Amino acid sequence: MTTPAPLFHCDHTLCELRTGLELVQDEVAAALAAHGYEDGAMFAIRLALEEAIVNGFRHGNRSDPTKCVFFRATIDSVSAEFEIEDQGPGFDPRMIPDPTEDDNLEIPSGRGVMLIKAYMTDVEYVRPGNKLRMRYAKLRA
Amino acid sequence: MAKPSSHISVRKIDGVTRIDFLDRNILDELNIHQIGEELLKSVESEFRPKVIVVFTNVEHMSSAAYGTFMKFNERVKSRDGQLRLCELKPRVYEGFVITKLNRIFSIHESWAAALDTLT
Repeated sequence: MTTPAPLFHCDHTLCELRTGLELVQDEVAAALAAHGYEDGAMFAIRLALEEAIVNGFRHGNRSDPTKCVFFRATIDSVSAEFEIEDQGPGFDPRMIPDPTEDDNLEIPSGRGVMLIKAYMTDVEYVRPGNKLRMRYAKLRA
Repeated sequence: MAKPSSHISVRKIDGVTRIDFLDRNILDELNIHQIGEELLKSVESEFRPKVIVVFTNVEHMSSAAYGTFMKFNERVKSRDGQLRLCELKPRVYEGFVITKLNRIFSIHESWAAALDTLT
């Protein structure tokens, strides 16, 4: 009988985008693999994490090198949950124009949040909007 | 003859510019900026460029990468050229569908199919 992988939890303060992303992506990928997540799930989570962390540094912290992004993850064989919090003032996600509207289709930016929502099961911006909670359910109904 | 760069390879084949990615992941924003500059440079001296971008090696793309391709598409169009994308992996293509950018770009299954649409 196989022993189930233990609950994975990590909590990091990321102070630089590239090294922070590498650290998080490597740790999360290893935990997802240990809990039997398939390639499609790994792809979705990797993409969502990339978008969320880049948004935290670029848009939330406005690339201010004195500010950090706080990252927390909890992964088991049922779901993977993430929290990404920046040190910016926050934003109202409802104010982001829908990039799939005809009038916005040719605007080159603004698709990160949309991709996060498309690939993750649950996505919530906690007021004032500088903290993102997102969850991927391994066993979707 | 191939002109290797850090992120893309650019070749001219019978008047068509073929661009291949050397990276599996077009995610990191710093890489994307460089890729964008290399893409723009590949058509800078051409009038009516015919360009096919081959995605065979690409496994991941981020939202910033879509923006880079949109700017490249605009540059090619501004020179009265034609841009085609081909050989996208299903998951990469799915991103274009989710964002509805498959309506902006001309996407094809193979190099040959993309080549057939160039006029």
